[in-house]
Amino acid sequence: MRRLDGRVPFRGGGFSPRALPGTAAATLIGLVLLWQAGASAGLIPTLFLPPPAAIAVALYQLAISGELWRHLGASLQRLAIGWSLGTVAGLAVGLAVGLFSVARAPGMAVVSALFPIPKIALVPLFIIWFGIGEGSKDATLAFGVFFPTVISTAAGIDAVPRGLIRMAQSFSLPFWSIVGKVILPGALPAILSGFRVTASIAIILLVAAEMIGAERGIGAFVLSAGNLYDTDNLLAGIVMLSLLGLALSWVIGRLERALLGWR
Amino acid sequence: MRGSPPTSALRLVLRGVSHAYRDLTVLDDISLDIPPGEVTVLVGPSGCGKSTLLGIMGGLLAPARGEVLCEGAVAEDCLNPLTYVFQEFSLLPWRTVAGNVSLVLENRLPREARRTRVEEVLRIAGLTEFARAWPRQLSGGMRQRVGIARALAVRPACLLMDEPLSALDAQTRALLLDEFCELIERAGTTTVYVTHNLAEAVRLGHQIVVLSRRPGRVRHIARIERPIAGRAASDPDLLAIEAELWRMIRDDAAAADREAAGAPA
Repeated sequence: MRRLDGRVPFRGGGFSPRALPGTAAATLIGLVLLWQAGASAGLIPTLFLPPPAAIAVALYQLAISGELWRHLGASLQRLAIGWSLGTVAGLAVGLAVGLFSVARAPGMAVVSALFPIPKIALVPLFIIWFGIGEGSKDATLAFGVFFPTVISTAAGIDAVPRGLIRMAQSFSLPFWSIVGKVILPGALPAILSGFRVTASIAIILLVAAEMIGAERGIGAFVLSAGNLYDTDNLLAGIVMLSLLGLALSWVIGRLERALLGWR
Repeated sequence: MRGSPPTSALRLVLRGVSHAYRDLTVLDDISLDIPPGEVTVLVGPSGCGKSTLLGIMGGLLAPARGEVLCEGAVAEDCLNPLTYVFQEFSLLPWRTVAGNVSLVLENRLPREARRTRVEEVLRIAGLTEFARAWPRQLSGGMRQRVGIARALAVRPACLLMDEPLSALDAQTRALLLDEFCELIERAGTTTVYVTHNLAEAVRLGHQIVVLSRRPGRVRHIARIERPIAGRAASDPDLLAIEAELWRMIRDDAAAADREAAGAPA
């Protein structure tokens, strides 16, 4: 026997994560400062990795010369067209797969067979089909965005609680009302988190397609800077891609907050 | 809950209804008369097919054999004659309380009439101040009030209530049961009420149908003629009926429980 006297100790509340405001920004700023300090002290060879200040200067010069906007504009246009085409088609097929039993097995068979193909491998084929111009790039993006959209849409529809659909049926709501008022809003969280995935897939494919045959666009710009050993501009292009990704995820975050406020 | 409009009342007639999930027969040859304007309570041990039977009555499940007929006139303003109240409330989480009620009136009533109807049923259910709240902000009892308001909004001719109080805590259940009694008595709508709680059954039922354990058959039908409004939870006559019902169900319930646990019955 042993005695147990005294105050009961607090043993924890379940590893709940706390929000530490400012730490995210501070980490990024700290890393950039360390990098700059390393370059200034001569610890990092600036030809291989230019310091943040040099990248900032390169970006500034690209901005005032208009180069930046020319490349960014071309890339944004391809992103907008390719992503929208793939998303619209993916939503339509995903809806059909999710709603209609006759579409499910055939749709999922096609998706399963084509989804694992690395879409970059198809760029040469798309160039043959759609030409070296915008068509092949838009098609690459659309194709890459299409399959994950089908999958997330169909999965979102499957995840809508059956009880809610039964409820709507029990009040004799017509089929398309149930689709519009119960199934689609219920699938929206999955569809929007699918958008996060497809936005980053679109950026990857954008850069790859632009590296294979384009004069304009961030991918083409990064490739030609690399060929010239112009690492300042190369890194400037990469920073643009990072900012592009951040901007897209911010837009999707706003969309989620606006549409999913009920959560 | 007060002041509800006049409603139509349907009679339901079940003829030889059977149902099976694959090889498992859950309902076996049920024939039953649900008189208009009365409350019929279905009770029985877990798994006896009470909720399945209610699903068949309202056309949410197709019976393997047999048929359900309805008889009677329905008022002009009845938008959905057979209307459910669900155990799990089944509210759309992305719609407010008012929006959830409005859902079942959309494309059926013009905007202004819809607004008036929503206000009216929210008042009856005591939800006026919660019209713009989200379902997740409400307690279980308040959520089920929304379920009731939604059901009343379509002016049903027959209410089908599937264990409406089972997901609630005991205190909320007692409070809501009192409100149901008053509401149902006043509305005079045909009601079929599924529960495993015998106290609820004797408080609400004009006709109490006892189902046997699976495969569910009609084992006994008890009638209580006394008006619902005059019944008290402590009424000795009701307690005696409740005890008698329990004696009938107890052995079946224990057997069903052993069966569910996988042991030989």
